[in-house]
Amino acid sequence: MSDQTPSQPATAPGAAPQVGTDRVKRGFADMLKGGVIMDVVDPEQARIAEEAGAVAVMALERVPADIRAHGGVARMSDPEVIEAIQAAVSIPVMAKARIGHAVEAQVLQSLGVDYIDESEVLTPADEAHHIDKQPFTVPFVCGATNLGEALRRIGEGAAMIRSKGEAGTGDVVEATRHMRAIAGEIRRLTTLAPEERYAAAKELRAPVDLVEEVAETGRLPVVLFTAGGVATPADAAFMMQLGADGVFVGSGIFKSGDPAKRARAIVEATTFAWDPQVVAKVSRGLGEAMVGSGIHTLESSERLAGRGW
Amino acid sequence: MRATRVPGEALARGHQATREAARPAGPQPAAHDPEAEGPPPTVGVLALQGDVLEHLRLLEAAGAHAVPVARTDELAAVDGLLLPGGESTTIGRLLELFGLRAPLQERLAAGMPAFGTCAGAILLGRATTLDDGTPSPQPLLGALDVVTRRNAFGRQVASFEADLDVGELDGAALHAVFIRAPWFEQLGPAVHPLAHVPTSQGEQAVVVRQGRILASAFHPELTGDARLHQRFVALVRQPA
Repeated sequence: MSDQTPSQPATAPGAAPQVGTDRVKRGFADMLKGGVIMDVVDPEQARIAEEAGAVAVMALERVPADIRAHGGVARMSDPEVIEAIQAAVSIPVMAKARIGHAVEAQVLQSLGVDYIDESEVLTPADEAHHIDKQPFTVPFVCGATNLGEALRRIGEGAAMIRSKGEAGTGDVVEATRHMRAIAGEIRRLTTLAPEERYAAAKELRAPVDLVEEVAETGRLPVVLFTAGGVATPADAAFMMQLGADGVFVGSGIFKSGDPAKRARAIVEATTFAWDPQVVAKVSRGLGEAMVGSGIHTLESSERLAGRGW
Repeated sequence: MRATRVPGEALARGHQATREAARPAGPQPAAHDPEAEGPPPTVGVLALQGDVLEHLRLLEAAGAHAVPVARTDELAAVDGLLLPGGESTTIGRLLELFGLRAPLQERLAAGMPAFGTCAGAILLGRATTLDDGTPSPQPLLGALDVVTRRNAFGRQVASFEADLDVGELDGAALHAVFIRAPWFEQLGPAVHPLAHVPTSQGEQAVVVRQGRILASAFHPELTGDARLHQRFVALVRQPA
């Protein structure tokens, strides 16, 4: 890392500068829109991702496919791994904390990571509560399988949502299910009479004010990415057409035959998701996709998307 | 050829109220009188990656016909271009990959008005450095005679919002949202600084104008205040 002290703004005319506001946290996710965020485990992979056009990297010790294979308890990465990746690239660096593990999140904030993913890919540390994300300066992204779950996370302070999918499988079917669930429930809310929104909030188990906001705008109040099972350029473009603002790719890149080429192809297909000629062009000659494991071969205990409450 | 589409549109599709309801609160531009100023200029928003949709809305609010631009034929059809925030390395790479960098540089050299915000401002500059001042080799357009310092204020935890007095804008201070923001250094003789932020390293320029090229280190689209967009549309209307 640079040893230079970040240059904190002094007082500006009018109000003093404010850090860690909702607008600053959510606005950062707006800058990632139309982009691909890639899981990386070392500085070399991080450089490949940056060179390929990733908008951010997720710094991990193991990608989800290896977490699956390795078994045991999956935790926050070693700070050395995260710092080495921060030093290697100029794009934003994200890192994962276990669901509910406030101290892992405090550690990641102190390391200066740009976004924390409170992630079901790691072993949950609390089976009833998520981290109270409001007091943090660093923004959080959280997974969701449906609209109620997304709005509960936003209520806790998440500044970005990603549909969960099923990480480390290379099977896009769960990502599709979750994107369709979120988008479909949003569309349904926009058709309700105002007095029907209260019952909808009860059914969704979500804060009424957020339900009102979604019903009025037809959108989540934060950026919505997709994750979990994206392995090909066509998968990424499909998710964009379903309404995603961008794509997380975990094991799909660095578990494939030619990671650099596949990474570039997924970036291009995300930008030109509505142009089949571009998607066709970039899909040629990519080598082996990650082998993957079909969702229906997983025992329910092996599914990660059920983690989170 | 089909027009470029913008991420997030699919989710909002079919919901007529969306565009109006989602328009952020904040000072809105005065009523626009098309007869006084002629037909609205067509202003593009570079739509390769980043915060595109909000800029399209604010440019419309400022009296322009706003269109996303991701292809050379779309670029040829605009009177001015806004380069949004996003990741400058990503957008720069996609510009090269899809053959847009050279035609864009040609149009800028021929005097096309441009407005870059954050990453877009970095792309317009002649050079850029990392936060510690070491050069950052990445594709740039070189139309604006400044050197940008990327992530100059620090990482995301140092991102901030503050009120700024901005030259050439009427009214109260502009509320500005800085996200992993750059600032402008080594301003060329034709570059006018319009706003500064005081920092521990002295006053730093965060809004600049060079002829009909405007650049801000922050994100005017995040607050819904359309005054910088209005200033840019006025520059597009102004004869070269």
